[in-house]
Amino acid sequence: MNAFDELMNEARQQQTDPPARGFRLDRREFLKTLGGGLLVCLGPVGEFAQESGRRWQEHELPTELSAWIHIGADGQVKVFTGKVEVGQNIRTSLAQLVAEELRTPFDSIAMVMGDTDLTPWDMGTFGSRTTPTMGPQLRNMASAARDVLVKTAAARWNAEASTLTAADGKVTNPHTRESLTYGELTRGEELVENVPNDPPLTPAADWKIAGTPMRKVNGRDFVTGKHRYPSDIVRPEMLFGKVLRPQGFHASLTSVDTAEAEKVPTAKIVRDGDFIGVVADDLHSAEQALAAIHANWTVPPQSSNAELFATLKKGSTSEESRPEFASGSVPQAYAASDVKLDQHYTVQYIAHTPLEPRAAVAEWSGDKLTVWTGTQRPFAVRDELCEAFHLPAKQVRVIQPDMGSGYGGKHTGEAAVEAARLAKAAGKPVKVIWTREEEFTWAYFRPAAYIEVRSGTRRDGTMASWEFHNYNSGSAAIQTLYNVPNQLIQFHSSDSPLRQGSYRSLAAAANHFAREVHMSEIAFALGLDSLQFRLKNLTDPRLRAVFEAAADKFRWGRSRPEEEHGFGVAGGFDKGDYVAACVEVEVTPEKKIKLVRVVEAWECGAIVNPDGLRNQVMGACVQAIGGAMFEAIQFKDGRILNPHLAEYRVPRFSDIPEIEVVLIDRKDLPSSGAGETGLVALAPAISNAVFSATGVRLRSMPMAPPRAIPGDEPPRFQS
Amino acid sequence: MADFLLHVNGREFHVRGFADESLLFALRNRLNLTGTKYGCGEGQCGACTVLLNGKATHSCLTSLSSAVGAQITTIEGLERHEVLTPVQEAFLEEGAYQCGYCTPGMILSATALLRELPHPTDEQIVEHMNGNVCRCGTYPRIIAAIHRAAAAAGKGASL
Repeated sequence: MNAFDELMNEARQQQTDPPARGFRLDRREFLKTLGGGLLVCLGPVGEFAQESGRRWQEHELPTELSAWIHIGADGQVKVFTGKVEVGQNIRTSLAQLVAEELRTPFDSIAMVMGDTDLTPWDMGTFGSRTTPTMGPQLRNMASAARDVLVKTAAARWNAEASTLTAADGKVTNPHTRESLTYGELTRGEELVENVPNDPPLTPAADWKIAGTPMRKVNGRDFVTGKHRYPSDIVRPEMLFGKVLRPQGFHASLTSVDTAEAEKVPTAKIVRDGDFIGVVADDLHSAEQALAAIHANWTVPPQSSNAELFATLKKGSTSEESRPEFASGSVPQAYAASDVKLDQHYTVQYIAHTPLEPRAAVAEWSGDKLTVWTGTQRPFAVRDELCEAFHLPAKQVRVIQPDMGSGYGGKHTGEAAVEAARLAKAAGKPVKVIWTREEEFTWAYFRPAAYIEVRSGTRRDGTMASWEFHNYNSGSAAIQTLYNVPNQLIQFHSSDSPLRQGSYRSLAAAANHFAREVHMSEIAFALGLDSLQFRLKNLTDPRLRAVFEAAADKFRWGRSRPEEEHGFGVAGGFDKGDYVAACVEVEVTPEKKIKLVRVVEAWECGAIVNPDGLRNQVMGACVQAIGGAMFEAIQFKDGRILNPHLAEYRVPRFSDIPEIEVVLIDRKDLPSSGAGETGLVALAPAISNAVFSATGVRLRSMPMAPPRAIPGDEPPRFQS
Repeated sequence: MADFLLHVNGREFHVRGFADESLLFALRNRLNLTGTKYGCGEGQCGACTVLLNGKATHSCLTSLSSAVGAQITTIEGLERHEVLTPVQEAFLEEGAYQCGYCTPGMILSATALLRELPHPTDEQIVEHMNGNVCRCGTYPRIIAAIHRAAAAAGKGASL
């Protein structure tokens, strides 16, 4: 797959709206607003350029994945990118890459991110794509900028450019010992440079700033409370808005009485069809007014968890599915196998639960709209606003302050549209912050999954056939890296009873759960060690390396310390990342599963920021515990039954085992993104460890929910 | 609406608001102290933690009227003359956050813990901090940061 197709494939899986035409600032004008200097713009490069003019879902695709680098007279470097910082630490890691190629101190770099008026168009921050796509582009541009600076110095000194060196924010002539800072070189200039093609880049083995552990660049603002998240934005004369929510999904409004609400001082009711909102001078009054609205809704009967997997298994009534991958003859190979296994695995809907819920502040100035909001896709939110208010893109600005996380859950602009609607009606800026209950109910969920696996294996442990059907949750990481000559792998879309969308690692978590639990089931049926069985059927050297690294650190193969302890292993690949986890659990006599120890080995090419990477992989392990053990959305008749943190359990301090992260740094390989795949190995490794401790095979996520989930077997374990 | 006298971060504020509105909203929306965060509104996540007379308290479950007379410390009140407290410094050193949204609540809960138990064990940290949620999953780093802060405070740095 080429890079373009990969991006489109990723975008489809993310269920994003199609991208709209990117509008562009005039670069000369832009440079003037920055007070001159050097502006480096990325021109069309590589495969994306060749793909220009291709269309997707009736939209012309942008011909470039763009970013700009500006060097001002003070030597300060501004990097403009539409990517956003949501806690994954790219504000730091991208700056490291620019500083490295530009040969300038790390602290001279300032990242300008996620502002639709200031940064070039970007599809969004998802799919672990920032490091593999934006990273190389910024390196290209920084390298080109360095080249311009060196040539500018050469012209001033009448010297040969190749004899000059660039380091530490200056160009130096080693012969004359003259030097000029980057600021001195760009002062008074108005240079606009397009990057023509791939300039030479510094090999990772020679990195001095990239490749080193770097703390979060503006960390001090976070420990002092100074950083302003989207929900912290304040505008002059700002009002607070609330939106009346229906009593269930797909409900229609039958009657509404706002008389009592209108009596709340300063409150104003905004009505537009079934949309009913409130604005007031303060949040308390807005909440009081909202509570005083008496509305009746008709909620149609809807399904519940009890029918979930039967519904998913039916497949979609509108979309046809085709095999993702097929080879050999599965029925014949299966029939001829010594060990045949036929199992299914299920995954419940879970909620992203970003600690900062959806939030937006909208401000109209004439017919120009500015919205500060938390989103992974500021340009897509701009498009939503343009559509909602029939505005051209140039009249809408979306600004994304570094936000309180997303995990794939903030691709959409609900709060932005609501705030803008209320602000328009009120004639003043309006802030809307969703409550936790709204976030649990009206956002979207990680898709539930029903997965069937049929495998055939020879007595000697050689895999012969592999059939894998994922219903509803997606095709991410659906292929197996194990060597199986006969395969049929298929994703079937289903009519999801709940609104669903992207979630960190997409379907890779569900697909790895089914695949890696099943692999251990085969090993057990054959009487083989589950790690040895995997390695026997695996040639991919990078996946082998992480399995071996995790097993080595874990000391896989030693005997279990106590009867009630169990060991489990699982691993896999997605988005250029290789991961393997070994897990030790203890199952108490009260049937409580306690995670004792996790070793996760990780390889994603050349490591850009080892500290940030370690934090991401560790965090992914912790987040994975929730979906593996206890997170599940319970729903019935168009309502979410557990839309509160008191009823929806997320991982806490007391759930965390000893976690060791083993990083393999492949400086010879391109860097891939590390935000997601760290999540995928843990759940199957836990299931396999529980089996090793108890002989009970857990094939449903969550494995130990706090209460029974209708349609799932009653929980056999606590957590 | 009525006037309430609050003592926040060593200063007095006359706050005009409703007796039953939450201290969280009063701090954020009336005093513009936005370092204190809304996370759940039901005392389950700890993002809104402030110190009330030195005790870690959910400001989302505390009414404005009941906060009158108490010494309130928010995240903005820890730094003195640009010097961070050992807990803030330790969070920076350990990189004990990702998105940072839980960090103010974590730092205030940890500060209260260390004032009560200057050298907590891992178990004591887990017990005391379990009401604070970090969805990014940086708990191991937060525990390391609390140990680091305890060591610094033991050498005389003021919490």
